[in-house]
Amino acid sequence: MTAAILETHALHKSFGALTVAQNINFSLEPGTFEALIGPNGAGKSTFVNLLTGLIPPTSGSVILDGQDVTALSIESRVKRGMVRTFQINTLFNSLTVAENVILALDEHHGQGWRPLPSPSRRRIIREEAYEILGRLGLDAWGNREVKELPYGRQRLVEIAIALALRPKVLLLDEPAAGIPSTETGTIIEVLESLASDLAVLIIEHDMDLVFRFAQRITVLVQGAVLARGTPDEIANNDTVKAVYLGEGIHA
Amino acid sequence: MSGIERVKSISASYPGAAASSTWRGLAMGRTGGDLAIAVLLGLGALATLLFGEAYWLLGSQVAITMIFALSVDLLVGFAGIVTLGHAVFFGLGAYTVGIASAHLGWTEPLSGLLLAGVVAALLGAVTGVLVLRTRGLGQLMLTMAFASLVYEIANRAKPVTGGADGLQGMVIAPILGLFEFDIFGLTAFLYTLAVLVAVVGLAVLMTRSPYGRSLVGIRENRVRMQAIGTNVQHRLLSIYVMSAALAGIAGALLAQTSQFVGLNVLHFSLSGEILIIVALGGAGRLWGALLGALVFTLFKDRLSALDPAYWYFWLGLLLAVIVLFAPKGLIGLVDRLLSILHRKESL
Amino acid sequence: MITAALTILFHGLAFAMVLYIVSVGLGITMGLMNFANLAHGAFAAAGGYVVVVATRSLGLPFWVALPAAFVVVALAGAVVERLVVRTLYGADELRQVLFSIALLFMAIAGFTAAFGPLQQQPEIPAALSGQIALGDVEFPSYRAFVIAAGVAILAALWLLIGRTRIGMRIRAAVDNRNMAEAIGVDTRTLFTLTFALGTGIAGLGGGIGADILSITPTYGQEYLVLFLIVVAVGGLGSIFGPFLAALCIGVVDVAGKYLLPEFGAFFIYGVVIAILLAKPAGLFGVRS
Repeated sequence: MTAAILETHALHKSFGALTVAQNINFSLEPGTFEALIGPNGAGKSTFVNLLTGLIPPTSGSVILDGQDVTALSIESRVKRGMVRTFQINTLFNSLTVAENVILALDEHHGQGWRPLPSPSRRRIIREEAYEILGRLGLDAWGNREVKELPYGRQRLVEIAIALALRPKVLLLDEPAAGIPSTETGTIIEVLESLASDLAVLIIEHDMDLVFRFAQRITVLVQGAVLARGTPDEIANNDTVKAVYLGEGIHA
Repeated sequence: MSGIERVKSISASYPGAAASSTWRGLAMGRTGGDLAIAVLLGLGALATLLFGEAYWLLGSQVAITMIFALSVDLLVGFAGIVTLGHAVFFGLGAYTVGIASAHLGWTEPLSGLLLAGVVAALLGAVTGVLVLRTRGLGQLMLTMAFASLVYEIANRAKPVTGGADGLQGMVIAPILGLFEFDIFGLTAFLYTLAVLVAVVGLAVLMTRSPYGRSLVGIRENRVRMQAIGTNVQHRLLSIYVMSAALAGIAGALLAQTSQFVGLNVLHFSLSGEILIIVALGGAGRLWGALLGALVFTLFKDRLSALDPAYWYFWLGLLLAVIVLFAPKGLIGLVDRLLSILHRKESL
Repeated sequence: MITAALTILFHGLAFAMVLYIVSVGLGITMGLMNFANLAHGAFAAAGGYVVVVATRSLGLPFWVALPAAFVVVALAGAVVERLVVRTLYGADELRQVLFSIALLFMAIAGFTAAFGPLQQQPEIPAALSGQIALGDVEFPSYRAFVIAAGVAILAALWLLIGRTRIGMRIRAAVDNRNMAEAIGVDTRTLFTLTFALGTGIAGLGGGIGADILSITPTYGQEYLVLFLIVVAVGGLGSIFGPFLAALCIGVVDVAGKYLLPEFGAFFIYGVVIAILLAKPAGLFGVRS
């Protein structure tokens, strides 16, 4: 087994008497596609926010690529390869689709402070942006402002920005939320085509999607890990069935 | 109208103008608007230089206001930080060259500009760290509070600043030891114009750079900028400091060309006016800020000569109309005009 | 020594109460509608002019002029809210700031055209124009009235906001507008009423405080920083926060000017900057 790219040790968060993450021990290996599932209010998004540094934990630690990043800012974690998408579109709405991706590429290449334009670099960066957009079927939309796009396409821009950052760990917060199931096809194709050494953690409610793709599943209930395992193990776990999945799933 | 004809031909000859699906047309309209304004301003400056002796002094005022407006637009329009205290940097720049000249005998103009820029940048760094810690109303308040504080200091430090009477006794040496400031204002006009051209050139380059784009990114979505690995706070501080330096240079130009500094360079109404200028022209568009500065200064010159009280009325009315009906400012109207012409042409 | 302290305290309190009466409505409207109204001071000036016209030109008694100022300015506020302000709810901060500056400028021009550029004083009833003695120190009785008025308005607002159904709706909408709408609060009417109330009280403050903040066309611009400071320090959407903020600022300012006149207004800005840096949402902010 390869060394984990992302780990948490007893990651804990409480607001006064309310505990939203209970001593979570978690690890994610490169090349793994893992799903995080659980009922509403189970603390899935909170867990992602703890991982990315949006909220500080009460105790415990987050280890990224062997380094303790618990005290680091959001942006330094991104620089170290942990990238997320948002459940609700969080985009640069007045910029074009290509510009959205170029912003991310600039930051990834450490060009964000460059105060003068460079015509030669401009062409290269546009090509790179359009290569990413092409993978998502967005290349025809490159010159449109994001706010002109239908919601489903905007969801894809979320992913395009994340991919532009060349993540080692990709945290997808309900990437298919808000789009009709008939249109999730592109997202599925993209997820399938992701690099094989990338570690993906996906929060998803669509159990079909989860059981089709995930190699491992973590079930979170009331801020605590209820079970972890392969899809088969989870589908046959009696506690999980009782608490969350119900009787409907027979994988 | 020949002006419109010219604009039309510019927009038509712009590379890519042939491709005219709707969205290309929109993008075109913007660049076309910038280009149209750039050409008109250039021709205007040239005409003033050649045929408008009587307007040279006013012309240098316009150029100075443009630089100041540009500094505010970079902060407000691009990075999305609203300030109601930017006169503090303009005034500090003016007082810096004023005091250096009247008390220390530092009369050389170019190094004076540099000095003013550095001093204003230093104040920008100190106050920026504090101002950027808050958001919204608190931020607006802090910018106003710092500006009021410095105004009060300048008002009280009479031996140094001259207080309410203004700073007298400034002398400015000839530029490069060659060009003396003349009574017609030709040197002043050319001098401020040269600085303006340099500043606009740098600003245009900067807004097209990755750094400039990242500021727009912060304005559009701060959370996402952080999520793509940007240290938002550092980036905002850097533009705050740069904007302060530019405002300081504009103030220094005013002091040098008028050889006098009054307390009004620090006053709240100047901070308000410059914000109005940016909105009038179109916030977030450099050429809009320049257009706004031109229109505003000319209007003020005409209307306040009639009656200062009515000037306030017309200013208020104009601003209200812009905010309610043309939130993209004058340059937004130019864009719309161009895209209408463009559409007609391609039919 | 004690005389000096009493004098500072007394005049500081009077100044503070004027600041409070004028500013409290601004904080409520900002907290409720998220609208940065920089023209708020112009409504206060309008109230001042109503009292001036009523007492000087129409010969009405002061006690009639004050409620008239409230009513006239509140109506003006309601009209402005209905016609334009409402289109800017939810617009970005810059547009709101600019629009209210536009309003302020037009008001300045209007006041100058109607009343001339010079300062105007309302006629004060004889009962308030004397002095009252506190021990061996004498104070102008009008300022004692100002202090009493400030406290009375705090009490009235506390009853209105804290004890009535309309007040309950305002509090609910400040806390969570969406939730308030979801349970059927008519926020459109509520906003108009609140805006009218806030500007009306400011008009009252302009009239009552004319002795301390003199009524000139540029009133709304000159004292704008002070009003905003009270709101920013006191916290948005609160009625007690601005009261304490006004007390603190009023007394500090008067003390500073009395004890160290050469330092002028430094104290007030120093205190404000310190408070805002320590507590960005203000001392009692419901919302930042």
